[in-house]
Amino acid sequence: MKRSSLKQLTSPLIDNNPITLQILGICSALAVTTKLDTALTMSLALIAVLTTASSAISLIRRHLPSSIRLVIQITIIASLVIVADQVLRAFAFEISQRLSVFVGLIVTNCIVLGRAETFAMRNPVWPSFLDGLGNGLGYGLILMVIATIRELFGSGSLFGVNVLPLVSEGGWFQPLGFMLLAPSAFILIGVLIWIIRTRRPAQVEEDEYPILTRQSEGRP
Amino acid sequence: MSKFSPLALWRRFLALPNERPAKALGVAFLVALVAATTVSVTAVMLKPRQQANIDAAREAKLAAMIETLPGLADILRETGAETLEAVVVDLQTGLIDSAIKPAEFDFVAAQTDPEQGTSLLPEDDAAGIGLRPNFAPVYLLRGRDGLALVVLPVYGKGYQSTIRAYLALEGDLSTIAGLSIYEQGETPGLGARIADPEWLSQWSDKQAVDEQGNVTITLVRGEAETASEIDGITGATRSSTGVVNLVRFWLGPSGYGPFLTRLQAGEI
Repeated sequence: MKRSSLKQLTSPLIDNNPITLQILGICSALAVTTKLDTALTMSLALIAVLTTASSAISLIRRHLPSSIRLVIQITIIASLVIVADQVLRAFAFEISQRLSVFVGLIVTNCIVLGRAETFAMRNPVWPSFLDGLGNGLGYGLILMVIATIRELFGSGSLFGVNVLPLVSEGGWFQPLGFMLLAPSAFILIGVLIWIIRTRRPAQVEEDEYPILTRQSEGRP
Repeated sequence: MSKFSPLALWRRFLALPNERPAKALGVAFLVALVAATTVSVTAVMLKPRQQANIDAAREAKLAAMIETLPGLADILRETGAETLEAVVVDLQTGLIDSAIKPAEFDFVAAQTDPEQGTSLLPEDDAAGIGLRPNFAPVYLLRGRDGLALVVLPVYGKGYQSTIRAYLALEGDLSTIAGLSIYEQGETPGLGARIADPEWLSQWSDKQAVDEQGNVTITLVRGEAETASEIDGITGATRSSTGVVNLVRFWLGPSGYGPFLTRLQAGEI
């Protein structure tokens, strides 16, 4: 694999991560990360949709009239999402029940349309495939990190296997109920963004609306 | 090659500038066609597998219901029966309608479909449901010594929600084996206590019907004394009244009454 294509795959993992840098796909990241198995299933579904959507859109990019390109992109993405949802219902029924509406909502996940519009429309099929795979993995990585923390501290287990002995079963660990609520994922993602931006200051955005002080306003 | 061969036409179509309406329409049509075909083929191919999953989930729910009914597991063991037999009953005549397959009968849908139900007069409608389905599923358990248990799905209005439960009667058809509320939306902490195992456990072994076939179960304030009294929950009078009323309704003549009478007389 050439270096440039390797970079396409690895840069969305941390340097250009769709969740922590671009702050896309947050709402599904809040909703499906209470347990590792749902987070993993959701990540796999998104990776499958994102790679195929990017490849398909890149394949027909030269023949997409710009006036109807968004409609066509959404048509392709929505059909792929339905297929993914149907496959999950057939082969992972129990998990698909718990993911409920969130697999269907991949259609509105900004990562998918974002990559289609900014990358796949301008690049050949292979780089688009790698870009889709990389962004999907970047999304999945964050989901898995958040889900590990939330399941470990919220239920004392990993992938449903009990790790920390619970008080209710005679152990010492009292589960943190807060970890099972959506706001905890919000805070965890915030902390994650903070850590990443401290290590990679280049990711820090310039303050668009700085707080005004007397000096900057030219007042005494 | 001819100018009008399919391949040549396809090339000409692709060579059209993207701004031409014909190209836009053509591309949109082709993408929609491919997408629709993919979705339909997947949906049709996976349908049997999905249906099998849904059926398995329903079975699991029934198994969970057996587990939540107090003492039901013991009865199952004592009588040597393996599982419950499901039948669909015509509530008007009290007869089993063997033309309707229990697995395909959607009781929840029948509860709101005016074509599948009978409107109730307010004075007959103790459960507050307005419309009573014409057919209802019943689960029978036959052990070594004949009928051991009858499980009736019941529902009715509580204080602020529809309460859904399974009422299990013992083989004599007058003693309650257990009541299991599996769906309710009453006030948490007050009315919702009707679903507490502690409150539900007092239903077991109560006499619901007397020898003449009249429904005797009643709600009392304070301590329940006789074998057909249920102790209401303090601060949740309307929710506990709702539960008792819906049990009274479904055991009565507008509910499963005709069916139970026939069952008692050995006609079924």
